[in-house]
Amino acid sequence: MSERGIVQEQQVRFLSTIQAGERVRVVGIDAGRGLNSRLAAMGLVAGAELRVVSNGHPGPFVLIVKGAKVVLGRGVAQKIMVK
Amino acid sequence: MKQITVALAGNPNSGKSSVFNMLTGARQHVGNYPGVTVEKKEGLCTHGDYRMEIVDLPGTYSLTAYSTEELIARHYVQEEAPDVVVDVVDASNIERNLYLATQLIEMDVPLVLAFNMSDLAKRQGLEFDLEQLSQLLDAKIIPTVGNKRVGREALLDAIVATTERAEQERRQRVHYGSEIEEELAKIEQALGDAEPDLAAKYGARWVAVKLLEQDDDIVAKIRDRAILDMVERSVGHLRDIFGDEPEIVMADRRYGFISGACQETIKNSVERRHDISDSIDAVVTNRVLGLPIFLLLMYVVFFLTFKVGSFPMTWLEEFFGWLGGAIHSGWPADTALWLRSLIVDGVIGGVGGVLVFLPNILLLFMAIALLEDSGYMARAAFVMDRIMHKIGLHGKSFIPMLIGFGCSVPAIMATRILENRRSRMTTIMVIPLMSCGARLTIYALFIPAFFPVRWQGPMLWLVYIIGIVLGIVAAKVLRLTVFKGETMPFVMELPPYRMPTSKGVLVHTWQRGWMYVRKAGTVILGLSIVLWFAMNFPKAPEDRLQGLSEEQARQVSLQHSLVGRVGQAVEPVMRPLGFDWKIDTALIGAVAAKELFVSQLGIVYAVGSGDEDAPTLREQLRADYTPLTGFCVMLFCLISAPCVATVAMTRQETNSWPWAVSQFLGLTLLAYAVTLVVYQIGHALTGSQ
Repeated sequence: MSERGIVQEQQVRFLSTIQAGERVRVVGIDAGRGLNSRLAAMGLVAGAELRVVSNGHPGPFVLIVKGAKVVLGRGVAQKIMVK
Repeated sequence: MKQITVALAGNPNSGKSSVFNMLTGARQHVGNYPGVTVEKKEGLCTHGDYRMEIVDLPGTYSLTAYSTEELIARHYVQEEAPDVVVDVVDASNIERNLYLATQLIEMDVPLVLAFNMSDLAKRQGLEFDLEQLSQLLDAKIIPTVGNKRVGREALLDAIVATTERAEQERRQRVHYGSEIEEELAKIEQALGDAEPDLAAKYGARWVAVKLLEQDDDIVAKIRDRAILDMVERSVGHLRDIFGDEPEIVMADRRYGFISGACQETIKNSVERRHDISDSIDAVVTNRVLGLPIFLLLMYVVFFLTFKVGSFPMTWLEEFFGWLGGAIHSGWPADTALWLRSLIVDGVIGGVGGVLVFLPNILLLFMAIALLEDSGYMARAAFVMDRIMHKIGLHGKSFIPMLIGFGCSVPAIMATRILENRRSRMTTIMVIPLMSCGARLTIYALFIPAFFPVRWQGPMLWLVYIIGIVLGIVAAKVLRLTVFKGETMPFVMELPPYRMPTSKGVLVHTWQRGWMYVRKAGTVILGLSIVLWFAMNFPKAPEDRLQGLSEEQARQVSLQHSLVGRVGQAVEPVMRPLGFDWKIDTALIGAVAAKELFVSQLGIVYAVGSGDEDAPTLREQLRADYTPLTGFCVMLFCLISAPCVATVAMTRQETNSWPWAVSQFLGLTLLAYAVTLVVYQIGHALTGSQ
């Protein structure tokens, strides 16, 4: 899946591009089974609502999902597609 | 008296530990799950007619086969079949916490839910219709506040009621949607025919669910090839329909189930307030401010630890000195003088030297417990992660390393928080380089002996920094060679900031401090005795001791003893480092425990009974060696031979002798190499001895 292909669909974006304060919904996750399962256990599954608290420039990528605050590092946010 | 087993499960940060403590009080015991190095906490509790054995399972978000902790929790529930499982749920965070509950429900275990932190939930304006929710989940629900002991009786009553309830088929199930349910039915049927034992033991539906999730652990248990083929076809079919792994779709359906149950039963009257937590985080995890704030906090922690700790430390030193003296003089004359020496020099000298540091260690652990309980540690782990990642370690690695500055023994145990095996092994190997409290005795002796007051602070700092830098380099090398591999992507929950309770902090402090005391009481005690024998035998012939003062006699005796002989034999090897046989002899003692280096040196130099005459020892050292050698000795002690207690703990946590021995040898060789280089270069530059 190329980034160009996703952006063309207009509404679907990478989580890493979402700004603080925005609320989005998870569309899909492009990760291996282990990471996928880990994220799912934290509440990050397709259809889950997220609120981005901080986008990481500067600072970490922090979001609120299923009522809990979760911090994602290094490239994880880039694997999650939202709209 | 009826006996039952109760297992406690729950998310990390759900307050499971405090519920465990609330139920078991002081009657706890920490051990290991057989074959692995995950901590097993067990405790006892009596309630009415029942004697309950309570097992605190590792905190997990789920029960998949992807991590050791989850497998352990799952295996315990499946194989040990506890009478009741209590899922401790963070009531202020229900939806995510119930994910684990759905998995327990699917295992058909007798379940009780403890809605912990219910005071927090109330403050946030959450209202629960517990009755209805209890029916929907088919489990009793008890609100609790673990760290305030609220709900204890009710919880125990619920446990008893659940175990007394007659065997019932579970009424509620997570419904995965028609497509998945169809495949599940097919697989369940096949299992009943081809693998009846498995189906009977774990429940056909549960096995079918796991198979569709492609759970490695369960798949490995299937022997019938036809079933595996069928599952593969089902998975492929579902993958086509959903465009995603069935595992993920099922996770989604579980949340759907939870969401549905919650919508009917939970009212949220107040918007979740994140303001304060968020503002603090904005500062604390800021890209620019985060690291300096962290370093500042660490500096404060260490400063306080040593400053405040120095008072009780002095008392303890005086106490042990007095004790040794009292026994020495109060001993009946001419009766087994060797025993007196064994007790005063061996036991009190050895063990006392370790216990003297207990106040400092406890303070350090207390500070760390405060940081952990308040929630700051999670943020710090993230701040450190950026740096740690460059070395190839996880951000969480820094917590055990921090503890290592107090004592390596609990530090190595603390590496359990690391999920990635390679990160964990690397961290364990490198922890001894975080100069521990014991080595401080050595620096405290040497630095004032060789360096003017103005340089003393910086020299101490330098030694610590060298340790840290070497640790970083070693970690990097290990991660590029022996422990090569990807680090886990960073995904971590940030618990809300909380006011730490004094009880919680004290419990956490004591749990780690106890390990230090136990090390002193067992390993060091044993080794002090062994060392005492090695130092006092073989005895020097009578005529050699004629006309000598007590101190001089001891010095000669030491030279004749096993330790002394080894020290002298080793001298040629160590001379390129600038060490003579006296230092070598003391270093042997240091292998047992770093604190023994100082006392050994005291004996070698025929200086009374160690610490009281320390200035005299310092004067002697200054007379015999140059600052360069003094520095090299500290360098060698910093890097080499972790004490035997550390080696023992490494062996325990890695479950292998080869790794523990490698750590020991590797560090000693590194010490030799580094000290050799430093000494030779320094010698060449300054032309000094």
